[in-house]
This record gives sequence, C-alpha cells and structure tokens, in this order.
Amino acid sequence: MNQGERGLGFYLLAGFFCLFVLFLYGPLSTIVILSFQGPNGGLTFPMNGLSTRWFENLFETQMVGDFAGSFQRSMALGLAVMLVTVIFSFMAGLAFRRRFLGSGIVFYLAIASLIVPSILVSLGIGLLFRLLELDTNWYSSGFGAHLSWTLPFGLLIMFAVFNRFSPAYEEAARDLGATPWQTIRHVVIPILLPSLIGVGLFGFTLSYDEFARTLYTAGSFNTLPLEIYGMTTNVTTPVLYALGTVTTGLSFLVIGIALAAFTLIDRRRRRQGSDAGRGV
Amino acid sequence: MAKRSDVELIAVTKRYGQTLAVDGVNLRIPSGTYCCLLGPSGCGKTTTLRMIAGHEIASEGDILLGMDNITNLPPARRGTAMMFQNYALFPHLDCVENVAFSLRMKGVAKAARREAAMEVLRRVHMEGFAGRLPAQLSGGQQQRVALARALITDPSVLLLDEPLSALDPFLRVKMREELKALQTRLGITFIHVTHSQEEAMALADLVVVMKGGRIEQADAPRTVFNRPATAFVAQFIGGHNVLAARAGGGSAVLGNGTVVPLPDATATGDIHVAVRADRARLVSGEGAPGRIVVAGTARSVEYFGPIVQVGIDVPDLDPLAVSLAEHDFFAAPVAPGDAVAVAWAPEDIHVIAP
Repeated sequence: MNQGERGLGFYLLAGFFCLFVLFLYGPLSTIVILSFQGPNGGLTFPMNGLSTRWFENLFETQMVGDFAGSFQRSMALGLAVMLVTVIFSFMAGLAFRRRFLGSGIVFYLAIASLIVPSILVSLGIGLLFRLLELDTNWYSSGFGAHLSWTLPFGLLIMFAVFNRFSPAYEEAARDLGATPWQTIRHVVIPILLPSLIGVGLFGFTLSYDEFARTLYTAGSFNTLPLEIYGMTTNVTTPVLYALGTVTTGLSFLVIGIALAAFTLIDRRRRRQGSDAGRGV
Repeated sequence: MAKRSDVELIAVTKRYGQTLAVDGVNLRIPSGTYCCLLGPSGCGKTTTLRMIAGHEIASEGDILLGMDNITNLPPARRGTAMMFQNYALFPHLDCVENVAFSLRMKGVAKAARREAAMEVLRRVHMEGFAGRLPAQLSGGQQQRVALARALITDPSVLLLDEPLSALDPFLRVKMREELKALQTRLGITFIHVTHSQEEAMALADLVVVMKGGRIEQADAPRTVFNRPATAFVAQFIGGHNVLAARAGGGSAVLGNGTVVPLPDATATGDIHVAVRADRARLVSGEGAPGRIVVAGTARSVEYFGPIVQVGIDVPDLDPLAVSLAEHDFFAAPVAPGDAVAVAWAPEDIHVIAP
C-alpha cells in the first residue's frame, strides 16, 4: 500500500462505485436514447428509426396528460416551497442558537415529520381538509404537505450551518455600529449565502419530485410527478421519454451554469494574488 | 486625535449564573496608556475586556470612559473599538469594504467611504491589498486590516483580544513591535488581553495581572517584575524563585532551615520570599561571605543562547532556578546530577506579604 500499490479495498470500492454509476445513468441513458424514437413510435428497443418528433409532440396539446400545466404547477410550487423553506429554516436556525423554554420539544416535534411515512401525512392532510369542508389544492394543502417535508430538512441543515458560524462576525458588526437588522443583512446572510442557496435548492428538489405527499393533497390538478405517473399507465408514445430527456437536460444545464459562474468568480478573485499562510 | 479619556472600572463584577467570572474589579487606565490584561485562561481578563467593549454587560459596578458612564451603552456608542481574537474580518468583503464597513452602516456614500478606508489602509501599509479577500491575506496582513477596520471609527480606546496568538512566533514579534509603534503614534489607549507575560512586559505601560476574577497587581512592568505583589504574580511573571518561609524578628526561615535576613523587620508569620533567578549565582564550596547559600543538586541545564538556566533540587525546598549569563555558565559549567550551591545577596530578597 505504501509503495503506491493499490490494495484489494480500492478495487472493491471502485467496483461498487461503477455499479452505482451504472445503476444511476444506465436507465437515464436508455430514456434519452428512446426519446429519439422514429416517427412510428414504440416504447422499447429495437428502435424504429430516428426522429425528434416526440420533442415536438411534447409542446403540442396532449390528448392524454397535461405536461405544460403540470410542469408550471410543479415549478411554481417548488419555487414557493423553496422560498418559504429558506426563510423559515434560516429564522428557525437563528432562534435555535440559544436554548429557550421547550426548545427540545419544539425541535423533536418538527423532526418527527421526517419519520412519519409521507403517504400517511398526505392522507391525513387530505382527510383533514375534507373534514373541514375545504377543497384540496396543490397551492394550499399540497403546499403545506411539501413544507412538512422540506422545513425539517432545512432546519437540520441550518443547525449544521450555524454550528460552524462564529458569533465573532456578529460581534464585530455590532462593534462597528451595525444594527441587528444590518448585521443580518450585511454580515450573516452574505456569509451564509452558499448554505442558504443549498437549502433552497434542496427544498426545491424535494418539492419538485415529491410524489407521496402530493398524492392526496394536490386536488383536481396534478403536479408533474403525479402527471407522469398517470401517463406511464396510459400513454403509449415515446413523448414520455422526450419529457424525461428535456427535464434531465435542463437540470444538467442549471448545474453547468452554476459551476461556470463559480469558476469565473474564483478566477476573478485569484487575480488579486494571495499571501495566505505566508509569514509576512 | 487623542482625547483625554481615562478608562475607569469601579467594582465591576460579572456573574454567569452561579459562577463569578469577574469579582469586583477596580482599575484606572490613564488616557494614552498601553495596558495589558495578563493572566492564565479563566482569570477574567477577556470578560473584563468584553465588558469594556460592551459585548458583555457588567452584572454590577460601573465603567467610565472620560466623563461618560458607558456601563450599559451599546458597543458602537462607547468610543471604543475592538479587534477580535481571530480578527473576525468579514470573509465576503475585500479589504476596503471590510475597513469601510462602519461607514457603510452609517450610510456614507460608496465613493466617500472607500476613499476614507483607503486612507486608513495606507496608515497600516495595506493599500496595495485593497481588493483582496481576507482569505488571500497572511496572518500579519489580516491583523493590519483588522486594525484599520477598528481605527476608522476613531476610537479613544482600542481593545485587543489576544491579537498576536494567531501568528507564528517570528511574525508575533514583528507585529508586537508594530502594535507598540502604532499606539505610540496614535496616542490612544490600547487595552490588550494576553496570557503571555513576555508580550505584556514588551508592550505595556501598565500590566494588570489577574487571577480568579480579581486583580492581583496593576503596575508598570518593571515594578511588577521587581516587586511582585503576590506569590502568584511572581510565579506567573516568571524569572523568580518563590519560596515559602516563616518570618519573625527581622529574619525568615526557609523550609530547609536556611535563615534569611529580611530587609523589612515588620514581617511576621507565614510569608513568601522571591529571589530573581538572574540574581542568584552558583558558587563552589562555602566561598561566598555575606551571602545566603543553599546546597542542592543540579537537575536540568537549559541553553537559551544569551543565558543558561540551571534547575536545582534542594531537599525540603521547592526547586530553584538560576539564570546565568552564557559566559558565566561556561566559565564553570555544571551538568545534571552535580552537587551545586546557590547563593544570593540579602538585598536581592523581595518579601511578599501573605
């Protein structure tokens, strides 16, 4: 091992990682390839020619299923959930830095939502709304159901974030005349911004692909996961695959833009040079 | 720039629940003084500093700055500025924006505040690093920026919480010099918390030695070193042999029976005597007329360059330390295990009241 030779452990773990990659990207590639199915359709291999017809089909009115509508609903829901999750996790994280009366109970009460099976939470919310004679809707009951999932996660992340956040920054700000609000606005939020973006993205993804908690709470209009699930049972064209390809492509595009932005910022900063760690 | 503003603590006490962190401290720091609060960890020095800064509020007592009672004022309205232990530079702001922060909070326009910040950065020779983030600076550069950020508020008292502890030894000495030079030039009061007696001695006009939330002694470094007020001060400041003794009738008896004449005949009962390690000598045989001689065994020999320190075990007495000039030591070297005799002059004995 010390002479640079790799032991058995390395090959076992490398093998495991390869399996993981295969398991993740294998099905994904299958879907991407099948979305270029020839104009005659067909849901499995072998392919009947090549075309982009199913992508065009995606943007036409569907006979079964409502891609555009459900996509818009899922986006709107995801963004709203993201915003509320970031704001309230951040505030809860601030609050939990000090122990207060009942802080332990409040914490476990919030976290319990992660342990209860999602489908039961969903069913419960649906039943409660019916009991109160309210209509379930993706933007009311569905919104609440998603928050019951994202908020505890956000809170846990903020706990870890604030654990590593030195109160000295806030004291320094106070020393320099910042009001409590200015301290939050000009010091705490900018320093924690990467973590807050992380919480936001996490909240968005959790909501965007949430199935179980939406099932009994979405009301008469479907979110994207519900719509896709519905379509897998009754759509017979590769338009479903085209949808998968487009959404995956979008995700990769967002990731790519983010990485490029980070690299650009880093490069601009590096132009200033650095003496970090030097004895000058 | 130097406003006449003494800092005065009157019976200042800080309690955390049942624990007493600072216990009725009285202290007057004249304007323009370089004051070091010195003591082991947990002695209350940092809490005292933070109460002056306004980051802790005193449980009892008053803190005055000039004519103002600042005990309960918010940090920014006291006329003090603080430099934090690891500088607490805002990691997302470059040097200019860090320094300009307090002006930005006051609503000063961008161009004006950046210009003012550049001016202060020039004063600490950091104008060439204005666009860098704190992470791109060395420890010493970070300290200069932190100084600039505190000084731009035009404080009459600068509070420094262990400012040199984050630096490596070489840089520490260099920045120590810079701190002293800056304080002399600005003429404002510096209050500097440290656990290093060397740092306190090198910098301070006024050394305040603390222990267990109380002040043991507050004096000029030379007084602290030559006339330590308590056995703790003598031990903490170093360079002293502190020995328990029983006094009576103008002399004292050490633990091993050696009789020591005292300069002050009034001392009686259990006392401590302190003898500076650099005033003690190693002698051969009995050849030291008029001197106090204690026989023992050399335990350790440590070479420091200009001096050599010899540790000596003496039966029924605490171990002694003798600092010898390099030249004197090598004129008659000893090795661990050798029988040696330590001698000192009666006038070099400093009596510490019980």
